[in-house]
Amino acid sequence: MARIIRGGEVVEDPWILVEESPPDPVAVPRPAMLPLSAWLSLPPEVRGQGDTAPWLASGEEFEEAVDALLQAPLIALHFPVFRDGRHFSTAFLLRKRYGYRGELRAVGHVIRDQLFYLTRCGFDSVQLREGMDPEAALASLADFSLVYQPAADDRAPLLRRRS
Amino acid sequence: MYRYDEFDRRLVRERVAQFRDQTARYLAGELTDEEFLPLRLQNGLYIQRLAPMLRISVPYGVLSSEKLRKLAHIAREYDKGYVHFTTRQNIQLNWPELEEVPDILAELAEVDMHCIQTSGNCVRNITTDHLAGIAPDEVEDPRPWCELVRQWAALHPEFAFLPRKFKIALTGSPADRAVSLVNDIGLRLVRNEEGELGFAVYVGGGLGRTPMVGSLIRPFLPWPHLLTYLNSILRVYNRYGKRDNKWKARIKILVKAWGPETFAARVEEDFEHFRDGPLTLTEEEVARVRAFFTPPPYEAVDPAAAARELEERALADVAFQRWRRRNVLAHRVPGYAAVTVCLKRPGVPPGDVADWQLEAIADLADRFGFGEVRSTHEQNLLLPDVRQTDLWALWRELDRLGFASPTVGTLADIICCPGGDYCSLANAKSIPVAEAIQRRFEDLDYLYDLGDLRLNISGCMNACGHHHVGNIGILGVDKKGEEFYQVLLGGRADGQASLAAVLGPSFSREEVPEVVEKILEVYLERRFEGESFSDTFARIGIEPFKERVYG
Ligand code: SF4
Repeated sequence: MARIIRGGEVVEDPWILVEESPPDPVAVPRPAMLPLSAWLSLPPEVRGQGDTAPWLASGEEFEEAVDALLQAPLIALHFPVFRDGRHFSTAFLLRKRYGYRGELRAVGHVIRDQLFYLTRCGFDSVQLREGMDPEAALASLADFSLVYQPAADDRAPLLRRRS
Repeated sequence: MYRYDEFDRRLVRERVAQFRDQTARYLAGELTDEEFLPLRLQNGLYIQRLAPMLRISVPYGVLSSEKLRKLAHIAREYDKGYVHFTTRQNIQLNWPELEEVPDILAELAEVDMHCIQTSGNCVRNITTDHLAGIAPDEVEDPRPWCELVRQWAALHPEFAFLPRKFKIALTGSPADRAVSLVNDIGLRLVRNEEGELGFAVYVGGGLGRTPMVGSLIRPFLPWPHLLTYLNSILRVYNRYGKRDNKWKARIKILVKAWGPETFAARVEEDFEHFRDGPLTLTEEEVARVRAFFTPPPYEAVDPAAAARELEERALADVAFQRWRRRNVLAHRVPGYAAVTVCLKRPGVPPGDVADWQLEAIADLADRFGFGEVRSTHEQNLLLPDVRQTDLWALWRELDRLGFASPTVGTLADIICCPGGDYCSLANAKSIPVAEAIQRRFEDLDYLYDLGDLRLNISGCMNACGHHHVGNIGILGVDKKGEEFYQVLLGGRADGQASLAAVLGPSFSREEVPEVVEKILEVYLERRFEGESFSDTFARIGIEPFKERVYG
């Protein structure tokens, strides 16, 4: 099981990341995170069981699939390399524009130095890149105690606090 | 001047602690080179040709005497005793030690300074008009708006890993001394027919390898929506800007590929959804920030008497008269003036200032003003609030320090990047070229006869020296491992920004002053009385210059 950061602690997590679209998406061991197209191809009753989830590649168009995505228990956003920041916007949009309320997870090449910004953009779980210690990384969740601007979290921005 | 409160201070302190930890983890091998790179860049730290380089943020170019003294101390203790002012109104240290950078950041934090987002693929320090708040031609003081944008952009969680760097400039004057149209976003304060305040929004300007003038995508954005709209522009860029090719990653390429109309439509679509959301500016918040920029306690001066006194001085001393003509600028408040501290003279790299000079300027700012100093994109400093009756005394002091060269705005006032002497990206040196030109054209009567003339030099196509918007631009190029220089003509950086055109094949370093001289000959022969270089160039085109130089 993967060790991920969720809710301010390190937890064991059963979800399996299926990187390539499998020939038969129904047959993969679950709970499984599938490429978006594979997940959308599942019969609705399978999707309804709540043990499959989509993952989105960086830059992948998702707006057409929003109705289905809103039903997912988990959406994973994959970072091919940590400095590809497109999914910071994906996460923000899923939360603040489309109102997604399920779990939003960062996977792939994610480093602890991004944790604060990730949570601000609406991610609630993070799987760090291999070799990066999640226990030690928890400290980075508290890198800053204040924020200037509103985002997808509920921290009160200084923009509103001071005047 | 904006003053930090406990919140701003705490954030800067937390940033220093974060970077100290990141540096330690990097040195311990827990972060790879690749991972540490953007983290250090977003704290202003480059690894340069000879040593690291640390870029310090000067938000919209405003400094205080206290900050200058701290910078002098840092230059002395951690560097080789001088600092460099850049064309983005920031400051660079050329010789810090990587291990000491967290300590430098901690020292800076003591005077409310930092290096946050001075480099890297994020929203950079915002720039503005160096005459903000004192210019007679201003629609509105841009500084409160700059400060609001600064706070919005600082540690913005969504836009820390953009495709490429992102520069914003904001101006309150139609003369656009911030050169806003060659920024990723240019914002101009305007009033609509009802007299309401808002912004004209330009996107996709920029210099570098593919220079472009920004496109107007919103003629009038009401001020409450400023931050929401900026957020929408950045979001569209973050999602759709090219990431696989560094040279095609700036927003200008996206705007060009889609066309400004399509780009604007995408922005509007996002904006419509978030309009009136939590980024909306309120009267209260704007009033709170504006209160930091209320005018200092100007004294009532009798302008007529001051003018009389100045005239007498000027008649008695032609050197003072020259300096006053070129280096003193009009002020909104009667009896006051703004004074350029000229950092250009042969033998000193443009923009370089020594530690003791910083301290001396700090003293002058306290004695002849309210302790404020500005940096300009032309790489000079400015004392913004000088009593006209003090001009004589100030001139004598500046002259003693070597900062009174009466050549501001002339050919001698060259903008020049650090180039091959420091910068690892350079194709060629730029500082010796500036010096050779300054030495060749030292005659003041000749310089004055030429009038306002902007000559800008960059050591490579990254264009830190803004060569595309110089009336004469010089660009270092590499020809089979040798340093050559391309010459460009006809750029301008005023309200009607336009880009210079390449004259033709490039020249060796020795040839450059000669070429400049030939170009100036053509201008002097062909100009109408009182016609500026830009206007003559616009009228006669590039051909006569080509003929003279290559013919
Ligand atoms: S223009 Fe090129 S050489 Fe000059 S400072 Fe910028 S990157 Fe370096």
